[in-house]
Amino acid sequence: MKILECPLNGPRPVSEFAYGGEIRYAPDPDTCTDEEWSRYVFNRSGSPGLKYEWWCHIASGFWFIVLRDTLRDEVIETFPAEAVRRGLPTPLPSGAAAT
Amino acid sequence: MFTRYDSLKAGYDVVIIGAGGHGLAAAYYLARDHGIRNVAVLEKGYLGGGNTGRNTTIIRSNYLTPEGVKFYDESVRLWQDLAEDFDLNLFYSTRGHYTLAHTDAAMRTMRWRAEVNKHFGVRSEAVDAASVKRGIPSIDMTCGGHAPILGALFHEPGAIARHDAVAWGYGRGADRRGVEIHQQTEVTGIRLLGGRLTGVETNRGFIATSKVLCAVAGFTPRILDMLDLHTPIYVHPLQAMVSEPVKPWLDPIIVSGSLHVYVSQTARGELVMGASLDPYELHSTRSTLDFVESTRSTLDFVEGLASHMLDMFPFLSEVKVNRQWAGLADMTPDFAPIMGVTPVEGFYLDAGWGTWGFKATPVCGKTMSHTVATGRNHPLIEGFGFDRFARYRLTGEKGAASVGH
Repeated sequence: MKILECPLNGPRPVSEFAYGGEIRYAPDPDTCTDEEWSRYVFNRSGSPGLKYEWWCHIASGFWFIVLRDTLRDEVIETFPAEAVRRGLPTPLPSGAAAT
Repeated sequence: MFTRYDSLKAGYDVVIIGAGGHGLAAAYYLARDHGIRNVAVLEKGYLGGGNTGRNTTIIRSNYLTPEGVKFYDESVRLWQDLAEDFDLNLFYSTRGHYTLAHTDAAMRTMRWRAEVNKHFGVRSEAVDAASVKRGIPSIDMTCGGHAPILGALFHEPGAIARHDAVAWGYGRGADRRGVEIHQQTEVTGIRLLGGRLTGVETNRGFIATSKVLCAVAGFTPRILDMLDLHTPIYVHPLQAMVSEPVKPWLDPIIVSGSLHVYVSQTARGELVMGASLDPYELHSTRSTLDFVESTRSTLDFVEGLASHMLDMFPFLSEVKVNRQWAGLADMTPDFAPIMGVTPVEGFYLDAGWGTWGFKATPVCGKTMSHTVATGRNHPLIEGFGFDRFARYRLTGEKGAASVGH
């Protein structure tokens, strides 16, 4: 059983978590073009790499952030969303850039 | 079976990246139907070693959108005489295909799919529980008591075929017509000059070409990064497993969206079983029954899939699982592929085939060879264009693409 470290609940089996996808930033819908908006809605960074992702511990409903290598499925670190309320650490690791 | 070439030529009319079923089929039809034989197929691993050799070999055309139904129906037609074409036994076996419905909502979708199918001349019927029981006498109609079967979509032409033989057949056919297949040859870059394609860099040197077809399934985003092209493709693993051989008892192919399982029995007697997509992004196909630190636990997968199999067929409880593996599924948000011309002139894409690409191998080869030869999208792939997302014109195939999404 693969174990994921939840910042709130400690190490828990990965089956207790839901994957919420890579962290991405929306353009301003009032000022961006239709094409920019479509890129945000549909496009993803599909190549493997280090990515900041949303994960949720389902039983407690706790959303948090995981920095993970999607090539090797290695979790580098996990932290609560508050820790990055002023933005993700910069510079972003390669592949972690929001598209 | 194949000619071995010691070195690459300095240039080719067309370079195809990926010697899986799709890439080899395109090479075959380019040579056979379009007379384009100065073609190289580059494969970083071995022939047919990607999703071509990792799928569960099901062939069907009971899709949901008119674009999908027409496209896959043409593929099913092409499958029929392929073995004769190749002079190679593909073990193509028409079995009939049941998509089980365990809820009223699922039944409604089955009726919808049946009507769309019939409208386009594809043999599909919504059937009731009694006909499911007649077609699959050994099934537990209550599925362990928690997911009773209300009916199904029955698709008579549903079939299975030996997937390796498909790659070998297309490969050999292309090879005999002069196409060069280079295994262990990885594309490391794509060269452009003034927005036009001029060639590809490989681990064995540069090749000049003005046309490239990319058919690399789960590796598509890595190739597209070389051209700074962006798509909605995301990659999740899809796992499958096979049992020890047992006496033939299961003729039709069974799919259950609610139980996240599809199963068929091969000519050798093995049960080939697949599940739904893994729940998160990962680019590794490493999948053994061992516990390996920092690799997802595939034992969970085997247990989950096996328990759903037992819901339907409790008497299988003593049957052993022989092998288990994974493929990298290149998923799209509308569960339709991305095919044809791209913003880079001379670069053609056959991707976004997610969990549903094997059955489309012949028609992908046909339509992509036409597209590469003429520089214009084949009419059958117009619903699958690269630019459909920017135009907000998706081809919603989610209701029929696969299991459990």
